Amino acid sequence: MRFVDEFRDPELARSLFEAIDHAAARIARTRATPVTVMEVCGGHTHTIFRYALETRMPDNIEFAHGPGCPVCVLPMGRIDDAISIARQPGVIFTTFGDAMRVPGAQGTLIQARAAGADVRMVYSPLDALALARANPQRQVVFFALGFETTAPSTALTVLRAAAEGISNFSMLCQHITIVPTLRALLSQPGFNVDGFIGPGHVSMVIGTHPYDFIAETFHRPVVVAGFEPLDILQSLHMVLRQIEAGEARVENQYGRVVPPDGNAAAMAAMDRVYETRPECEWRGLGAIAGSGLQLRAQWRDFDAERRFGLVPRHVADPAASRCGDVLTGRIRPRDCAAFGTTCTPDQPLGALMVSSEGACAACYEYEGVGRAA
Amino acid sequence: MCLGIPGRITAILDEAGMTAEVDISGVRRVVDVVCVAHADEPLSDLVGRWVLVHVGFAMSRIDEAEAHETLRLLGQIGELDGELAAMRGIEAA
Ligand code: SF4
Repeated sequence: MRFVDEFRDPELARSLFEAIDHAAARIARTRATPVTVMEVCGGHTHTIFRYALETRMPDNIEFAHGPGCPVCVLPMGRIDDAISIARQPGVIFTTFGDAMRVPGAQGTLIQARAAGADVRMVYSPLDALALARANPQRQVVFFALGFETTAPSTALTVLRAAAEGISNFSMLCQHITIVPTLRALLSQPGFNVDGFIGPGHVSMVIGTHPYDFIAETFHRPVVVAGFEPLDILQSLHMVLRQIEAGEARVENQYGRVVPPDGNAAAMAAMDRVYETRPECEWRGLGAIAGSGLQLRAQWRDFDAERRFGLVPRHVADPAASRCGDVLTGRIRPRDCAAFGTTCTPDQPLGALMVSSEGACAACYEYEGVGRAA
Repeated sequence: MCLGIPGRITAILDEAGMTAEVDISGVRRVVDVVCVAHADEPLSDLVGRWVLVHVGFAMSRIDEAEAHETLRLLGQIGELDGELAAMRGIEAA
């Protein structure tokens, strides 16, 4: 009997597990290979490990933990860029806490701070702007990270800074977008994912239509999902039902937060401030065309790359790391030789070991170093 | 930074600047409400509403039941304390 007491509604959990078992059994009658479902978002990855959903799955259902955690895909070179700006005299470098422990070739932002750089953790880009207001003689730089969940916030912060005429504030922009990366993954040979559990909070901003191509061109189902374990079970069941029926559609399980057309004000702010970068590097995945955002020329005064004459660095991922194979579902975290040996949450080698939304950190936290029996 | 945290709007602070005070699990914080405002509705109608707050910006209106469920989940997965500490400007060790 499965342990379902910790679910909000144990009865519902039990019936969802049963429904998944039945769908999996029906699929197994006509298909010899397992079904792999990728949860795109790191928040989902965390929930899946926290509630041990993987270990409760039928044998022919597997999760692949996708690239939807912005901290987990921060390339080494970009951390070095951040550190080089943080070290400039007079700079206050601000960042979300999650990024402080990500290793670059020159160490982490925490180490840069210990060595004397003024690096500060902030909760919001608005806090960085407030620091700029309060310290007019200093240059305040914000490390703008994240998908469309946070990109509107930093865009609106730039618009506020411009409206107030704040001239000592700029952003190192590392915003990324998930759709071009999903397209790139789907186009790769050997990408063995049969369906997707789509990101909830990114979709709250962009809506569900940007995923239509996954169903139409690549014939894979997508179900946009909430973060509760029950949401994930229900979404997985919806994906399996489509696979069983030979269908590929975009469905929205998280309608209570995600409007099909997204958030118009948020998208308008992004469009005013950002344009697509020709290409953007992802840790583990390499450069992906059209997957990053940069400030439009009109906002150049707020672009830290221009202000500090940054020449972006490119640093290859450590040879021993297999983050890319984990991110694309080719291996599980424990299959990486570094897992739990040269890569631990205290001494991360790859960024998937840093954030609680990274598959390796979540696996380490909830399953430990040893192999599950 | 990716998971939103539910809060309840308690007051509009600046009509033109579109900022409000939001109560997030007892922590009061200034939040930008541009993304949850509707053009055909006075900003004051937002007072008392629950919203999902991402890095200081209200990004979505949610109902009260959803708000409580989300807070419970964030508590269970251990994300709530860190978010609240960050919001207060306290650095986690
Ligand atoms: S264990 Fe470390 S190096 Fe290996 S895939 Fe995970 S984060 Fe990357």
